[in-house]
Amino acid sequence: MEQLTILLIVIPLMVAPITALIPSEKVTWLLTLIVCLISLAISCYILYEVIDGSHVIYELGGWRPPWGIEYKIDSLNAFVALIVSAMGCLSCLFAYRSVPDEIEEKMIPLFYAAFQLCLLGLLGIALTGDIFNLFVFLEISSLATYALISMGKNRKALTAAFSYLILGTIGATFFLIGVGFLFAASGSLNTADIASRFDSFKDMQLVETALIFMVLGIALKAAIFPLHSWLPNAYSQAPSTVGIFLSATATKVSIYVLLRILYDLYPVDYWVNMLLPQIMLSLGCVAVIYGSYRAWQQTEMKRLLAFSSIAQIGYIVIGFSLVSQLGLTAAILHLFNHALIKSTLFIGAGILLYRANTTELGSLRGLGRDMPWTFAAITLAGLSLIGVPGTVGFVTKWYLLEAAVEKGMWIVVITIVLGSVLAIGYVWKIVENLYFRSKRKVHIQDVPSGDSAIAITPKTMSAALWIGAMLCIFFGLNTELSFEAASSAATALLKQ
Amino acid sequence: MANDLILRVVTKWLSPIIILFALYVQFHGDYSPGGGFQAGVIFSSAILLYSLTYGLDAGLQLIPEYILRIGASLGVLIYGGVGVASMVLGGNFLNYSVLGSTPVAGQHLGIIIIELGVGITVASVMVLLFFTFARRVAPE
Repeated sequence: MEQLTILLIVIPLMVAPITALIPSEKVTWLLTLIVCLISLAISCYILYEVIDGSHVIYELGGWRPPWGIEYKIDSLNAFVALIVSAMGCLSCLFAYRSVPDEIEEKMIPLFYAAFQLCLLGLLGIALTGDIFNLFVFLEISSLATYALISMGKNRKALTAAFSYLILGTIGATFFLIGVGFLFAASGSLNTADIASRFDSFKDMQLVETALIFMVLGIALKAAIFPLHSWLPNAYSQAPSTVGIFLSATATKVSIYVLLRILYDLYPVDYWVNMLLPQIMLSLGCVAVIYGSYRAWQQTEMKRLLAFSSIAQIGYIVIGFSLVSQLGLTAAILHLFNHALIKSTLFIGAGILLYRANTTELGSLRGLGRDMPWTFAAITLAGLSLIGVPGTVGFVTKWYLLEAAVEKGMWIVVITIVLGSVLAIGYVWKIVENLYFRSKRKVHIQDVPSGDSAIAITPKTMSAALWIGAMLCIFFGLNTELSFEAASSAATALLKQ
Repeated sequence: MANDLILRVVTKWLSPIIILFALYVQFHGDYSPGGGFQAGVIFSSAILLYSLTYGLDAGLQLIPEYILRIGASLGVLIYGGVGVASMVLGGNFLNYSVLGSTPVAGQHLGIIIIELGVGITVASVMVLLFFTFARRVAPE
């Protein structure tokens, strides 16, 4: 049982170098899918084991903590690992036809290897209980991400990847400086050990500086409002598969790190009077309005979705800066729900890109009537994004509103409602262009004559899209499962 | 530079010494400062020197690119393989103590193999990086 936890990391680590050497797109895809499915199975099993509040502990290399690296898995770790591996499966299913279409043939094995390394890094962040080890995994996933984004079809992908590389490195450096300061103050890198001995060194100025460095670095990685500038380009220029996977996981995992730092590493009463919650709360509110407004301005579907991601991250930030059980539960729940919604929408955009070779909304006019099923699934996910009752978006917004009312933060309530109204605006923009605008002669670019790709949506893509859309509804109606996991995670965080 | 006699001779004399030094740093790493990363970089510098003096084609003839790719993956596999081996033998991932007859012998063996993996990957990737960038300059 214990050995299973490390298998989540070991399997992608061992399969990725093999994948890089196999010159076949089918075999490499199959290997990646198997890795994702095994990870999904293991993380489901671990979550099932720890959801009652117990821990799974794994000592890497047999070294006892706090000297060795320790993996101490509670329900939050397992929940995030589950999100990452589930989204890995979904995007891998989509990748089957999309990757050969978008990526040069000789690069495909390397693409899948980088994809697995990215999965490995994100899973590692989710599992580890050692802050330096966390930094290492952060770098593994980021380096893989830069490579993946730069493989985008358009040459703009290179500049997008480069600016993400610069900003991501700055973020990681800030985080590392913070870790260094905390290590200097505490003499330990083990999260549980630092937390348990916190009182003995909490008066040092270094500890406060460390907190600020770490929060800033991770906020950049998580694209929290003023530090979001890398996100729209990176997500919209990346290959569709990567866009799906990253939009669903990368920022979520960074937010998870932020939660760990704020609620686990540092005691809540240490930073709650430092103006930090107020700053975060206002940034979250601004992010919701700004992100939604900018999304509404966009004319290209992937960019629109990327800006909407910034707004959705705002909701999560609002959730955890309320510093209450309910707010934290809503934030953790939204990690999962937003991952579902956004990956479904990016899958929809990926299908449109595959069929029409463009995601400019102006060029897609009337295409929804030719592809009613794809359009229906995109609409369902769009409704979830707005937060219509019966979908996952509603569940989180409801809890978030409840948490805000509980604290008497009326301005937050207004922001959430306003954000939803703006969301109606930008989702309507997609729906209107796809369905209600009069059909123009669709401008199709760069499709060789005799190419039948335009006529049929591949089954694997439709399957991925509908699995996503159905899950949006399923977890919207059947909230117990995800709510129980999220509230168990929130309890574990607040208990410290 | 391929016509410069002094450079050619010095390179020929220096390359084996650099490689020998790399191997020393590699395998003496558990007694003195050093280890796989440093050794890999030093090893690759010998090949870099050779390719700089004799030209890129000669360097590619010495070590073709597919071998470097295999090397880069192989190192990671050796590293992970040691971890998996220790799991199979009943320890935790990367617990070298179970690899040998005594824990100390196991630790010894484990770290040497791990560093070998690191060395192979670092050397291959360094040379690959060099070849990749060197090829971007159009040949005259």
